Amino acid sequence: MSVLEVKDLHVSVETEQGTKQILKGVDLRVAQGEIHAIMGPNGSGKSTLAYTIAGHPKYHVESGEVLLDGEDLLKMTVDARARAGVFLAMQYPVEIPGVAVTNFLRTAKTAIDGEQPSIRTWTKEVSAAMKNLRMDPSFKDRNVNEGFSGGEKKRHEILQLELLKPKFAVLDETDSGLDVDALKIVSEGVNRARENTGLGLLLITHYTRILRYIQPDFVHVFVDGRVAEEGGRELADRLENEGYDRFLPVSTDAAEANVG
Amino acid sequence: MAAHGTASAPVDALAGSTTTPEPNTHSRLGSKQHSDGGWGLVPVQVRSSRFASYDVADFEAVTGLELEWKHTPMAIVRPLTSGLLDGSPIEFSATEAPGITVEWIDRTDARIGTAGKPEERASANAWTAFDKALLVTITGEDAGEITIDRSTLGPSARAAHTVIVASTHSRGTVILQNSGEAMLSENVEIVVGDEAALTVVSVQEWKSDAVHLASHFAEVGRNGRLKHVLVSLGGKVVRVNPSVHLSNDGGDVQLYGAYFADAGQHLEQQVFVNHDAPKTISRVSYKGALQGAGAHTVWVGDVLIRQSASGTDSYEQNRNLLLTEGTRADSVPNLEIETGDIAGAGHASASGRFDDEQLFYLQARGISEEDARRLVVRGFLAEIIQKIGTPALEERLQGVIEAELRGKAAV
Repeated sequence: MSVLEVKDLHVSVETEQGTKQILKGVDLRVAQGEIHAIMGPNGSGKSTLAYTIAGHPKYHVESGEVLLDGEDLLKMTVDARARAGVFLAMQYPVEIPGVAVTNFLRTAKTAIDGEQPSIRTWTKEVSAAMKNLRMDPSFKDRNVNEGFSGGEKKRHEILQLELLKPKFAVLDETDSGLDVDALKIVSEGVNRARENTGLGLLLITHYTRILRYIQPDFVHVFVDGRVAEEGGRELADRLENEGYDRFLPVSTDAAEANVG
Repeated sequence: MAAHGTASAPVDALAGSTTTPEPNTHSRLGSKQHSDGGWGLVPVQVRSSRFASYDVADFEAVTGLELEWKHTPMAIVRPLTSGLLDGSPIEFSATEAPGITVEWIDRTDARIGTAGKPEERASANAWTAFDKALLVTITGEDAGEITIDRSTLGPSARAAHTVIVASTHSRGTVILQNSGEAMLSENVEIVVGDEAALTVVSVQEWKSDAVHLASHFAEVGRNGRLKHVLVSLGGKVVRVNPSVHLSNDGGDVQLYGAYFADAGQHLEQQVFVNHDAPKTISRVSYKGALQGAGAHTVWVGDVLIRQSASGTDSYEQNRNLLLTEGTRADSVPNLEIETGDIAGAGHASASGRFDDEQLFYLQARGISEEDARRLVVRGFLAEIIQKIGTPALEERLQGVIEAELRGKAAV
């Protein structure tokens, strides 16, 4: 069984005000098939963790490790990490003008598998996955993320999750900007992917809403670049009732904590 | 990663409203172009008052400082601005279409000169020199599509003249396909009749030492629609300047361009949209990629909205991707508005290297950096290629662009 481990991870970014520490020693262990919810207030470092695992060049790892089955992910290029089985569903997927969804999906699948998918089964698989996510067939002829609504972008991310079949997926606020109907569709897709492939999930979210549809096995609360509290799904219920107030400094200046 | 190449784009050269001098009339009286000489600098000109004449003798010798020449490598194009041009008809082959005819006509034919008048010396030189003009006539609502192929021009300095006439209510596509050697200056007149819908595509795939200067002049009839697509990929110096006169109510023009400059190549386009009637619409979108030392592209986009043109809607944009060091993209949007009554007028220009976020997104899906870059460039230009509307040609051009990307180690 595959394991994704984060060990004492320290990460900084360059800002106009200089180097800013965001992650200050994070430890996590996700086994395949497990669902971990990463929760926390804005600026606590949740997204930084997601992008560091995926290898975004903006984030500088000061120390610590990210291991996939003992292999050092941090030494790998972004594309090598993806090929190793790590997937990031982005909060703000970018537009790629002139690149059609169908071309993009085939190129990605070929890159991940190391060979072209068989045209017949692939076309069927794409159509079925799109149907499950209630996406119109015309969608595949559009350019990647171009002119997509917020909901369409998120569905497109989950479509990729279902088709590329990673070992681990990090979902960065996939729930944000979705109405309840879209949230249900997207959650179904995530659950389906897990049932079909047994992937491990890191579900990053500010709100508990998505946890009604995707049941976490573990909940980690991030505050100021560290895991402040961990527990089972009952912790999510407690956060739903109490919010993050008890984790925040007594000062009411929430904006202070809101950087990065 | 260091920034690649150089890009220049005056943010807003002539935006806003300007007071325009009296319309230029002296050319009709046979007077000569004003000399700009002696000042060392060319005075600021507005597009609405540019000199025009059919006779090359009316133009001053080109110094290279003139607004319309200052970006162009004069040493290379000199045979076309000041040399004697061979005006004999240029051999071509053409496909057939149900509603499109192609024939040679005499230079005295009344259909010549209905859309254009040279505004610079190479254009006037060609106009003065051509023997016969190639007339392409489009009739009928389902005229079809024709490709006119020129590939045997050779290296001597030549002049050509083409007139494309889309009659009232006609619909058709004319593809001008250029390859082989060339030292060519030419004028292309495009007359779009009332309610007609015409697509003109000009593809430049010249050999690497070819020189090609062209002026395309279009006149658009009432509710007429013109889609004009330029694709410049091959040639040493290729400069195609499309200008469109929207002189009748409801005229609509879409001007698209895609270009890919390699090391030592100069690809230029000076676009002019002249809104001269109410409710006219224009969309200009040019995109270029540059790779290799000395790759140079120039895009100038002049949009003039005259007082006679109320309720117009216009937008122009130019985007350049600088793929390597040592490239230069000049991008100059100019907006000249003489009326307060417009539905919309906008412009945008951006030149830069790869968007890291696009590369990250693709790489995060397992696609290698090299493949991701190729995909981004191809997609970037595909946005324009997709506008052609002729699948076979689109596919072939995508292939050519792909080959350019693969052929060079730079990407």
